[in-house]
Amino acid sequence: MEFLTVIQILDSTIRLATPLLLACLAGLYSERAGIFDIGLEGKMLMSAFFSAAVAALTGSVWLGLLAGIASSLALAGLHGLASITFRGNQLISGVAVNFLAAGMTVLVAQDWFQQGGRTPSLFGQGRFESAEFPLAIGPKDSEATGRPVSELMAETNILHQVYSELFSGHSILVYVAFLAVPVTWWVLFRTRFGLRLRAVGENPAAVDTAGVSVVGLRYAAVAICGVLCGIAGAYLATALQAGFVKDMTAGRGFIALAALIFAKWRPWHAMGACLLFGLLQAVALRFQNIDLGGVVIPVQVMDALPYVLTVVILAGFVGKAIPPRAGGEPYVKER
Amino acid sequence: MSLMKSLMGAAAAVALTAGAALAEPALIFDLGGKFDKSFNEAAFNGAQRWADETGGSFREIELQSEAQREQALRRFADAGANPVITMGFAMADPLSTVAPDYPDTKFVVVDVTWLDAPNIRQIGFAEHEGSYLVGMLAAMASKSGTVGFVGGMDVPLIRHFGCGYAQGAKAVNPDIKIVANMTGTTPAAWNDPVKGSELTKAQISQGADVIYAAAGGTGVGVLQTAADEGVLSIGVDSNQNHLHPGKVLTSMLKRVDVAVYEAMKAGADVETGVFVLGLAEDGVGYALDENNEALVTDDMKSSVDEARQKIIDGELEVVSYYENDSCPALKF
Repeated sequence: MEFLTVIQILDSTIRLATPLLLACLAGLYSERAGIFDIGLEGKMLMSAFFSAAVAALTGSVWLGLLAGIASSLALAGLHGLASITFRGNQLISGVAVNFLAAGMTVLVAQDWFQQGGRTPSLFGQGRFESAEFPLAIGPKDSEATGRPVSELMAETNILHQVYSELFSGHSILVYVAFLAVPVTWWVLFRTRFGLRLRAVGENPAAVDTAGVSVVGLRYAAVAICGVLCGIAGAYLATALQAGFVKDMTAGRGFIALAALIFAKWRPWHAMGACLLFGLLQAVALRFQNIDLGGVVIPVQVMDALPYVLTVVILAGFVGKAIPPRAGGEPYVKER
Repeated sequence: MSLMKSLMGAAAAVALTAGAALAEPALIFDLGGKFDKSFNEAAFNGAQRWADETGGSFREIELQSEAQREQALRRFADAGANPVITMGFAMADPLSTVAPDYPDTKFVVVDVTWLDAPNIRQIGFAEHEGSYLVGMLAAMASKSGTVGFVGGMDVPLIRHFGCGYAQGAKAVNPDIKIVANMTGTTPAAWNDPVKGSELTKAQISQGADVIYAAAGGTGVGVLQTAADEGVLSIGVDSNQNHLHPGKVLTSMLKRVDVAVYEAMKAGADVETGVFVLGLAEDGVGYALDENNEALVTDDMKSSVDEARQKIIDGELEVVSYYENDSCPALKF
């Protein structure tokens, strides 16, 4: 295998891992605070639709991003209301969010655009352009020389290839996603807010005794989760694609959830898990059936691997995945 | 008493004719959805044309899950819809269970040709012939000597498309490299444009500069990415040239719209049996309009039209993937 092919697969890995990473960090905040969230998928989908719809209507992708985040926040608020204020079952509330998003997006899209549950194609300012770093090879060089990017890429040296393919040429949201990893680590493990947030997921009674609002902290965590899911959805619809198509998240919210368990609820590990799952997808897309010296691995194996790995982790073969102790339990103040 | 009898008879006759007048056709879209800009949308366009021309109306449903197939068939048949038109190969099994229960209802199915029932009109298309022609165009338009194929769900029908395409490309350039990928193995593969985009990028990095998408809604992502990255793409089923004018080389037309239109026009008297529509019947073909006329040169057009005539005359045979479940020109 050529070196350039490896680079291209890694490049694809970054694109595929970004929505997973954003959703995974979103789940991390929520679950660390003791609110299980299987509605990541629904929130992403809702945001994907509203970001694409508003970007199509206004022609501004930034307004689209805001609308996407707002719609995702609204669903997060709903989840919070059901599971924090009314102490409902968090899993059921999450499922409801997923169903609500799957139905609402198509319904509203059909009402607004009459294109069968999709938005019009976005162009120009309606999409996130890929950022091109100085000196990196990109579409502009291709236009200037009249030759395809892949040809130009093949001629340059290895460092330049890595720089141009891996670091340059992504949408700004990709950099946001990867920047969110150290920020999350810092917030959770180096700030007072983070300490309380983690405590509320382990032992809310202790936090309450200390005079800190359990409900307030949990709402804050759910809101951060909504914002991150909103960015993930907007990335799918306005950066990777040029518009919304029904069910376009295609289960990415659930893979993110698997990654979260795989990473044992830790930010840096979450990045590792998302990159690993992204890599598996990228390899599956690049090579349909992998021939390993006579043994052919069918593409389905690669598609199933994220889930298989998660089950292996959960079964306790590779360390133990212990969720936050108060996760899934509504907090009831003692009287 | 006899007056009563005749009155009742008249009432019954009125009821019967009313029932007959209510026998409007029904259309069941497959999971890709009514507005997939491709296969199902073509069916909808055909039905709409019939409705506009005759002033009639038709019932319709967009399936949301596999479990609804049989239910939808029975609902429409119970409601007296005739004919009941269904889309897609996945309707074969539900149809073979439901059709015998409603001997007086005519069923029409597109993309199925192997059922044994007296009340089903089965319409197949010779997709390999149409794909052969666009494969020739792809090979002639390619500068890199590599062309791509993105399929939707990995099923024999989609391999059938890819196989015809590969044969056409090889006919023009025997040394051509064909990169073929399938999006997935579940019905979600018809609606995953993000994966379609990644596959397209992967194929472009392998040198492909013309990419044929036979993937329903996933194809939207393929065409989009191809246009963004400056390579040509080929649409499928409906004419998709207008999606990215000047960037879509052509579209492999599958005249599902004509098949649906004609079935609706014939109404309850629609002829049953197996019908395969190929180049000779204008059931398949390639799209040429103002959006792609600059891309298809006269030379390309004349050689494709020549091949088309040869296929119709039987001088040239495009091997069907179905014949022995393998393709002479492409390994999947």
